[in-house]
Amino acid sequence: MTEPHTQDRGRLIPRDRTIHPAPHDPEYKTSVTRSPNLPLLSMESTPSEETGPTFGHGLLGELDNNLILNWSKGAAPALGERILMHGRIFDQNNRPVPNTLVEIWQANAGGRYRHKKDTYFAPLDPNFGGCGRTITDENGYYEFMTIRPGAYPWPNRGNDWRPMHIHASVFGHSFGQRLITQMYFEGDPLIDHCPIAATVKDRASLERLVAPLDFSRSRPLDYLAYKFDIVLRGRRQTLFENKPEGM
Amino acid sequence: MVQKLNTLAETASQTAGPYVHIGLMPTYAGNGDCFATEVGTDLITGDVQGEIIEIVGSVLDGTGWALRDVLIESWQSDANGAFPGQAGADPNFTGFCRFAADADTGEFTLRTVKPGAYSGSNGAQSAPHISLWIVSRGVNIGLNTRIYFSDCDNSDDPVLRRIEQAHRVNTLVAQKSGDGRYRFDIRLQGPGETVFLDV
Repeated sequence: MTEPHTQDRGRLIPRDRTIHPAPHDPEYKTSVTRSPNLPLLSMESTPSEETGPTFGHGLLGELDNNLILNWSKGAAPALGERILMHGRIFDQNNRPVPNTLVEIWQANAGGRYRHKKDTYFAPLDPNFGGCGRTITDENGYYEFMTIRPGAYPWPNRGNDWRPMHIHASVFGHSFGQRLITQMYFEGDPLIDHCPIAATVKDRASLERLVAPLDFSRSRPLDYLAYKFDIVLRGRRQTLFENKPEGM
Repeated sequence: MVQKLNTLAETASQTAGPYVHIGLMPTYAGNGDCFATEVGTDLITGDVQGEIIEIVGSVLDGTGWALRDVLIESWQSDANGAFPGQAGADPNFTGFCRFAADADTGEFTLRTVKPGAYSGSNGAQSAPHISLWIVSRGVNIGLNTRIYFSDCDNSDDPVLRRIEQAHRVNTLVAQKSGDGRYRFDIRLQGPGETVFLDV
């Protein structure tokens, strides 16, 4: 039992669920019947959670991370405010997470998704599909070219609107790190009215979902940039990880 | 005052929403042209070892309604208990699958290889199981659970043994319904609520 201890070989750091959304929140009505009533069973991670699928860069097509062009295969750009969404994936130990799959999806500039169940008045953009994917580089960086999604109304309370947001899904290197979240945009007044954003009760944690405008990556006469870093669970780093249980 | 820790807080989860399939299963969403190859569609990529099985079930809300918009990911060992990427793992098995409920019936089907038992680092033998991660509209943070098998010996599994109310163990056991076929329903809430894991 002498696995190297210099890298992340320990158990996954237990989730701090106080920074996550409340699973049951009456203001987000659908959560009321879809959240467990009983406590989750707490346990240390096992190989089932400490391993996970890996995806190679060979998976990616040239335009997979360019939502402005990937639906039309480069024939015509999507409508909307052109933006660069970029950032880094870290783990809780403050180390970048390289070579991990990042997938995003979003509404078009009018607030309409390309999905058969979305019937909002805003028209589909024939040149916008609304999904993209990439794999982080060796330093954990990722980027997407896209358009700023529109806000849109949704059936919940009397008059609820989603703020502009982009859904993001990240793998990390183990199945127990799996995370889906949403990026919001700095300055959007709808964030503070959104019952889905408000499922996150910890204010600092919610603010970490809001991407700042980033002029350092904005390209003059072309696009604005927003920075969105994502932190995944880490693994314990310890010399004492591999002792027999209870010793 | 004390020294500053160099650790970061995890990013908060947010619901995957009703349109999660656009991003993660574009073909299911009707947008199949989006990417050349889709992730999580081909668990079995060649002449795979072990028994190929089919698990059918539904994800039911607190009223007993089968979710139509749920998306599930599964991760498991191969037939010999090795995870893809580990030494000796079956090269024709990816271990990872994404699947959705049928939009009309709310039923899902997972076609995979029956996983093998494995020994954890502390020597405890885990009974064969498949890990699941469940996301959907109304699920604010993905739900972790496991599928065990009614025709396996689960009595010494270290996770199942931690469940105090022994009758709840069955919520994690797929029932054999035929040759290579199993039934596994997931109840998010209420009577018969599935055991979900904080792992």
